[in-house]
Amino acid sequence: MSIRRNRLESFLIHAALVVAVCFALYPVLWVVSLALSGTPAPEPRAIPIPQEPTLDHFVSVVGSTEETPDGTLWLFGLQLFNSVVVASATALAGILIAIPTAYALARFNFVGKQTGIRSLLATQMFPTVASAIPLYLILDALGLLNSRTGLVLCYASTSVPFAIFQLRAAFEAIPLDLEEAAMVDGATRFEAFRKVVLPVARPAIAVTALFAFMSAYNEFILAATFLDDRTTFTLPVLLQKFIGEYNAQWEKFAAGAIVVSLPVMALFYWLQRHLVAGLASGGVKG
Amino acid sequence: MAARWLRIGWLALLGWLMVTGTAAAAEPIRLWHAYDSEGEQKALTEILETFEGPQVITLGLPFDAYASKLAPAISLGDGPDLYIDMHERLGDYQRRGIVGPVGDALPGHGFSPTVLSAVTVDGEVLGVPLSRKSVALYVNTDLVDTVPPTLEGIAALREQLPEGVYPLAYEAMNPYAHAPILHAFSGTMLTDNADFGLVGPQAEASLQFVLALIEQGAVPADADGALVKDLFRSGQAAFAISGPWLAGSLGDLDYRVVPLPKVAKTGQPMRPYLTVEAVMLSPDGAKRPEVRALARHLASARAARIRQRQARTLTARDDVVVGDDPFLQAFAAQAEQTVPMPTAPAMRATWEPARHAVRKVLRGQSEPGPALREAHRRFVDVMRPPPDPADPWPAFALLGALSLWGAFVLVQRVRSQQLGRRLRASMPAYAYVAHAVLAVGIIVILPLLVGAATSLFAGPAGEMRYVGLANFVEILTARGGPLLASGSFYLVLLVTIVWTLINVTFHLGLGLSIGLLLAQPLLRMRAIYRVLLIIPWAVPNYVTALAWKGMFHRQFGAVTGIIEALNEHLGTSIEPISWFAQFSTAFTANVATNVWLGFPFMMVVTIGALTGVPKDVLEAAEVDGANRWQRLWRVTLPMIRPSLMPAITLGAIWTFNMFNVVFLVSGGDPDGTTDILVSEAYRWAFTREAQYGYAAAYAVLIFVLLLGGTRLLELWKTSWARAGRGDP
Repeated sequence: MSIRRNRLESFLIHAALVVAVCFALYPVLWVVSLALSGTPAPEPRAIPIPQEPTLDHFVSVVGSTEETPDGTLWLFGLQLFNSVVVASATALAGILIAIPTAYALARFNFVGKQTGIRSLLATQMFPTVASAIPLYLILDALGLLNSRTGLVLCYASTSVPFAIFQLRAAFEAIPLDLEEAAMVDGATRFEAFRKVVLPVARPAIAVTALFAFMSAYNEFILAATFLDDRTTFTLPVLLQKFIGEYNAQWEKFAAGAIVVSLPVMALFYWLQRHLVAGLASGGVKG
Repeated sequence: MAARWLRIGWLALLGWLMVTGTAAAAEPIRLWHAYDSEGEQKALTEILETFEGPQVITLGLPFDAYASKLAPAISLGDGPDLYIDMHERLGDYQRRGIVGPVGDALPGHGFSPTVLSAVTVDGEVLGVPLSRKSVALYVNTDLVDTVPPTLEGIAALREQLPEGVYPLAYEAMNPYAHAPILHAFSGTMLTDNADFGLVGPQAEASLQFVLALIEQGAVPADADGALVKDLFRSGQAAFAISGPWLAGSLGDLDYRVVPLPKVAKTGQPMRPYLTVEAVMLSPDGAKRPEVRALARHLASARAARIRQRQARTLTARDDVVVGDDPFLQAFAAQAEQTVPMPTAPAMRATWEPARHAVRKVLRGQSEPGPALREAHRRFVDVMRPPPDPADPWPAFALLGALSLWGAFVLVQRVRSQQLGRRLRASMPAYAYVAHAVLAVGIIVILPLLVGAATSLFAGPAGEMRYVGLANFVEILTARGGPLLASGSFYLVLLVTIVWTLINVTFHLGLGLSIGLLLAQPLLRMRAIYRVLLIIPWAVPNYVTALAWKGMFHRQFGAVTGIIEALNEHLGTSIEPISWFAQFSTAFTANVATNVWLGFPFMMVVTIGALTGVPKDVLEAAEVDGANRWQRLWRVTLPMIRPSLMPAITLGAIWTFNMFNVVFLVSGGDPDGTTDILVSEAYRWAFTREAQYGYAAAYAVLIFVLLLGGTRLLELWKTSWARAGRGDP
């Protein structure tokens, strides 16, 4: 292989990747440019550059407050707090329920295992459109309507099956020898699981938790239906208010969307090294 | 002495009664509203400050979530005691039993007969009127001095206005905004006997009229509310038809508001729909005197003046002077020239078919006649009576027989020695899964079963009746129409399957290629590329779906911007595309968005899978003389296939049910043809008369299809693997 051919090839690879990056970034840059624009005249533009640049939209979204008898509430801060609490609790609940189950599915043979796996996969196929209304009634019966706990239960209902699949694949990819060695050394099965398997599976667990966190953090249809107090709303519900029927404020929506996306993007990039490792350990085996 | 004790006891009793009495009266009142402007909220706060009574807890909800939230909340007893809403929903609320008679909450005088008739359903007053809302004509006074008296006169200003300025901006394709013109042609949206009215010669003439306006360039074709606002605010439209809500976002523009003009062709004025905003009482709230007192207070003349001052809201009362605010005077004058929105529940079912028909006609895809008749047919289809109730006993008998048989089999198997042994051996595993079985059972399986059971019921929410398999029969026979008619189950299924196949192919193709490129040894800046390419996955998908929709706007979208830039620099002459006017382009827009959203997942899975390919195998192949393509096709791809297959299956399931993209980008346009099964189910549940049973039947069918599909895939995979083993 000549050096020239190598150069050409490397150039082509970079060119292909740059095209892909442009494709990936273009819509996002539009959102950013809209959020930073003043109130420009509408005209078609090919390149997303902010018109009449301003930070006003960010200021007004982040600074949204409400007057109450007990003083001024910083609504944005409160709703950011809610979002983070609900998403973290969903991730935590999903992981705690899924870890032992996934381990049992990966390592034990028991009556009902195949049925269990099948029905778990099947639950992923039923569209939420139809189960949202029954969920509402169940939450009401449990007295959990309009509470963060109730919302966490809803989100867990989709995150738990997914987490079980993810982690089962991850546990299956860990060589059995590791636990057997520990058990030969006198550890019980549970100790071997806790002290040997869990640390090895950490990247996969982190990625699974990230998925659960993201899905809960970004959801807005259930959140708007189940919550009825501004102090328990999550951030996507706030965003929804900017694109109401009559008075769509796209610039504010874009600014809000960026602020809402930043924490989850930060988390995503913090964990992205594990993303490959976590998915590499057998993939999302169904 | 005794008398004194008696008296103290008596006083104590009296005091206790008074304490409990006031405690009962102090139970707070819950008030819901959907105000989103600062002025309206300020006005409400100020009005409540002057209320003498129990504490009032208010809650403002996003407009879109308001109605869907009120009904279940009130029927479960978690809802408000009173709520502020638009009068046209009263018919529906009455049917659902979530609104009570206003009783003494309605002040004895101060309301015109028109306003009172708007809040009266079946002879009963169900709301206390607060304000009146309708659209009117906004005039940019920098661009025009005198307002022509007719719509044709406004359109004729095209010649005098600067290049690129529309004479008039309004939401031409929205039937609500079309209604004023329809009324000027003596048409109606809903006939007196609650049938679809946007059909027949008057309706056709009104659409022809608007079509001519668009063709003259007097009106932008594809404007939504946000675009009307932007065009008018930036001086690109001399007039705009909009409601009072527009004023809040016009900044320091010089404008005034006047009533809508006449249509010269018919000589009649444009009469928009009138909406009366009213306080409504929940059935429980209507029984509490203090709640009725609050409703009376909210509708008082004093409150009307506060609203007028803080939010420039036009009061519903006729005894409050509008004052010298020309803005309010214009809306007050317009309110005299309106058609009150009908309260009949059938009214809501007119919008969706009407919108489809209006769009088709104004985009020049259909003559008005056939399009409107088709809309009428759809309206009748949605409003058709629910199937006859079925006898539930066959189902009970079947269920009983099945559970008996199940129990029998279970007992048989438990009694056999083998299973007992296996069960005992399973005990340690059960300790790990018990809590998950419980949790998944309650939060996943139970709602699913209830949801599936709903598919056997039909009728409006609150009075659903068991109908057996009638919903399924109706869906699978396309409700008696041709099996491949637009909107039929089979056509939507076909679209869904094509949608899934194309998307998964692109996801896999792009993800795999980029993943392979990124895995090239000696590639520089690998980490940077990966970080940037993952972005579509990291941003919430409803945000980016909406961004894509904006990019595909025909007149102002970025795609049109790119086309114009190409035309300018390369000398090409590509016409901007109306993306959502034809199936092929609308479907392409959806696919582009979803491919963009989904390829990073496949890319990451590929990178992960590639780390599992041992280097020595590839080196061995190279030593054996395999060239690069052979190594890729013969070694790498077969080796990563097992790790990719589960991701492909899961990706296919997600795509099959990808509601957000279809709903937010094309919204089913044109004419519902790009809808997939999930968005179709959503429409039956939430926009077409809340037919939950029908929607649930769709959900069950989706479930069965996916279950069958994955089962097939599994069988195919095993036979593939078996055949693969024989491959040299």
